[in-house]
Amino acid sequence: MRQWTGFLTIYWRDMLRFFRFKTLLVSSLVQPALWLAFFGIAMSANFARLSSGMAPLPGIREVGYLTFMAAGVIALTTLFTSLFGGIVILFDKNWGLMREVMASPLPRGHVIVGIGLSGMTKSFIQVSIITAFGILIGVEFFSGNTPVQVLVSLLGMFLFVGIFSLGFVFLSSAIAASLESPEGLQGIMTLLSLPLFFVSNALYPAAVFPPALSALSAANPLTHLINGVRYFTIGPDFQVIGVHYALSVQDVALSLGVLAVFTAAMFGIALWRFGKAVVT
Amino acid sequence: MGSPPIIEVSSLFHSYGETEAVRGVSFFVREGEIFSLLGPNGAGKSTVINVLITLLPLQKGNVTIAGYDLARDPAHVRRSIGIVFQEVTLDRDMTCREILEFHGRLYQMPAAERKARIEELLALVELRGKADTLTRHLSGGMKRRLEIARGLMTRPRILFLDEPTIGLDPQTRRRMWDYIRAVNREGTTIFLTTHYMDEADSLSDRISIMDHGTIVTTGTGWELKNRLGEDLIYLETSDNARARDVLGGVPDVGELREKSHGIVAMVKKDGTFLLPVLIERLISEGIRVHAVNLKKPSLDDVFVHYTGRELRDEGQGRGPLQGGPAGVRPG
Repeated sequence: MRQWTGFLTIYWRDMLRFFRFKTLLVSSLVQPALWLAFFGIAMSANFARLSSGMAPLPGIREVGYLTFMAAGVIALTTLFTSLFGGIVILFDKNWGLMREVMASPLPRGHVIVGIGLSGMTKSFIQVSIITAFGILIGVEFFSGNTPVQVLVSLLGMFLFVGIFSLGFVFLSSAIAASLESPEGLQGIMTLLSLPLFFVSNALYPAAVFPPALSALSAANPLTHLINGVRYFTIGPDFQVIGVHYALSVQDVALSLGVLAVFTAAMFGIALWRFGKAVVT
Repeated sequence: MGSPPIIEVSSLFHSYGETEAVRGVSFFVREGEIFSLLGPNGAGKSTVINVLITLLPLQKGNVTIAGYDLARDPAHVRRSIGIVFQEVTLDRDMTCREILEFHGRLYQMPAAERKARIEELLALVELRGKADTLTRHLSGGMKRRLEIARGLMTRPRILFLDEPTIGLDPQTRRRMWDYIRAVNREGTTIFLTTHYMDEADSLSDRISIMDHGTIVTTGTGWELKNRLGEDLIYLETSDNARARDVLGGVPDVGELREKSHGIVAMVKKDGTFLLPVLIERLISEGIRVHAVNLKKPSLDDVFVHYTGRELRDEGQGRGPLQGGPAGVRPG
């Protein structure tokens, strides 16, 4: 028995549904690009005006706000896509589709892994599009890199996006397995995503946060994702609107470690919640 | 007579919190037969089937399916059975072929076998022309047929059908019965739950009637009906109460029941000859007979006899023997 490949069946079906509906597919790809285009360009124009009088810190590479924010948009898109990645479990449960799977010999862990991988794939597709579109409208990613360095940077970015994405799909699967009906789902997701979003360095520097927020930000998986993405796309040392960013290899390794622990914990929780779920 | 049992259930109990849905159910199903669990909605049929197909945990009791102990070896039980669920459980956004492909993959069928089996089954349920149609565009009967095909995908030894014709029009129901019989002829044991009397009667080799979480009686349709006597005679008279006393004195008349407008007599002899005798007896007592009806007992009558309640069945007309407003459970 090729039991260990069972999760591929779940993955296959979820991807089939994702690519079948062109409107959903196109909107999920266009939306982050639009955000980057309008919000990013508008904000960077504002920041350029505000910081026009300030002298840049000497000796440190300066990057534009659009570049800084593009990394944030990559992280936020991954967060939102992943948070909704597990919801399919709730709908399958409600429409009776989950029964077929539950009565089959497929171990339940495979359902979680299959849905997780499918959410991860969706994030990869979106991140690729944002990166390509961003570079097209002037985001200075991978500047001065050789082709080999670009490849390494891309792999590094996708490693962070992948682990983070799995963690949040597992979290949303756990929530979906625990809920009886879709009512209240939107509320829970907003309650989860907004604090993560604002207590992070996605759109503005976290260095100037008050100490309490700063501590929260350090515990926020989103902050660690953004650290990783910025490290690989912009570089270890840069300044933006007068704030200096420096990430050592140790910082990035720590961020990766935090994300790995978070994702492992979420997998455990998802397995436990899914194991408790009775589907009839 | 008959083959060895392929399903054996003994002293099965199941509760949802404080509510006891199944209260000590025991039965067996022989290999190769069509077995029906018949009963009104809420009788506990679905709970029994959900325990057998491993969707609900086995709380109390012993169950053996296809030689495997349900408590110890649910994985092997799952590989031995096919299931058609009560409600439609097809992904609206997948085609017929994809539905079967997904199922085959879930059970780890090799690709070549999957491919061949899909074509074979689409032909069996006459959905070849719809192979690449999204299931959202199928009619109710087509959806049911596709679900039967899916249940058979892995060549299970037993096919479970939970209310397979619920919500289908009468012609489509009859065609479904033909498919079920065809599947059974190929050697698959069929376990059916239904609240349609005619369905159980027409399809099954053996029937268990379930009510309030217990099995009230089991047998072939013919055995069950014969337990009520040879014939049922319905009479409307000018004085039903007195008529009842008079008929009670006739040796060949068994149990008597008063209905809202008349009396039903279960008789032990051929009613065609007994009926004139009964009418003469009533007339001689000065009781006028307004209406008569004579029929063989149906499963409805069996059900009423064992449960004291009517089981309304939209698939059958409402004859005088099934009349009576009292004690009808919501359908």
